[in-house]
Amino acid sequence: MPTSPKGPIVRIQSDDFDTAQILKRATRDRPNVGAVVTFTGLCRDEGGKLAALELEHYASMAEAEIKRIATRAYDHWPLDQLIVIHRYGKIAPGENIVLVIATSSHRQAAFEAASYLMDYLKTNAPFWKKEHHKDGTSDEWVEATDKDDKALERWKEI
Amino acid sequence: MKILYFAWIRERTGIAQEEVDLPGEIKTVEGFLNWLKTRGEEFDYALENPSAVRVALDREHCSDFSQPLAGVNEIALFPPMTGG
Repeated sequence: MPTSPKGPIVRIQSDDFDTAQILKRATRDRPNVGAVVTFTGLCRDEGGKLAALELEHYASMAEAEIKRIATRAYDHWPLDQLIVIHRYGKIAPGENIVLVIATSSHRQAAFEAASYLMDYLKTNAPFWKKEHHKDGTSDEWVEATDKDDKALERWKEI
Repeated sequence: MKILYFAWIRERTGIAQEEVDLPGEIKTVEGFLNWLKTRGEEFDYALENPSAVRVALDREHCSDFSQPLAGVNEIALFPPMTGG
């Protein structure tokens, strides 16, 4: 029986990632795992007007902050693995931005942990998106929304 | 003290990072922000809407601006985050 990982795995990178390959590795030789939740966030084209998103990040804080969020989730739910990958730099429509994989014996922990991670990444991970438009109009910073702040309310007890 | 600026706050100040000697009378985050605004119109412009300014001290979020700066080496200023 393989030993359980010691905690969440967090990677911040500009390169794309291969979700299928990471998923395969996460579940290989893990006979106790009965549930895998995978969330992949992609770059939308915003109705065809977006040329690319540029993600700025605070490199030295990003990994530490995502680790703090992921560790809270890992300590709260009975997870086997928790993997978070967040990209930065220029990202074209259709490309991956973020990946969260939560594996557990049962589905509820995996669903909730993945959802918790995404809610906190949105509001607390030091990344900022800038939209580059196809029609050459000036670049625009994406604004944070109240909806994202409100999403955190359901995790108050955690 | 190392100061870092991100996203549109960086664009408004015109610098990504700098080293500054803080005047001795600055003890808290709030005092630091008030002092920063006086350094020039680009800083005043960057911080014109206090509710849109987020602060991290040594790479940890700071939600209480009365927090003392003693022992802090790095202050980062940025708008609300839009990751994920």
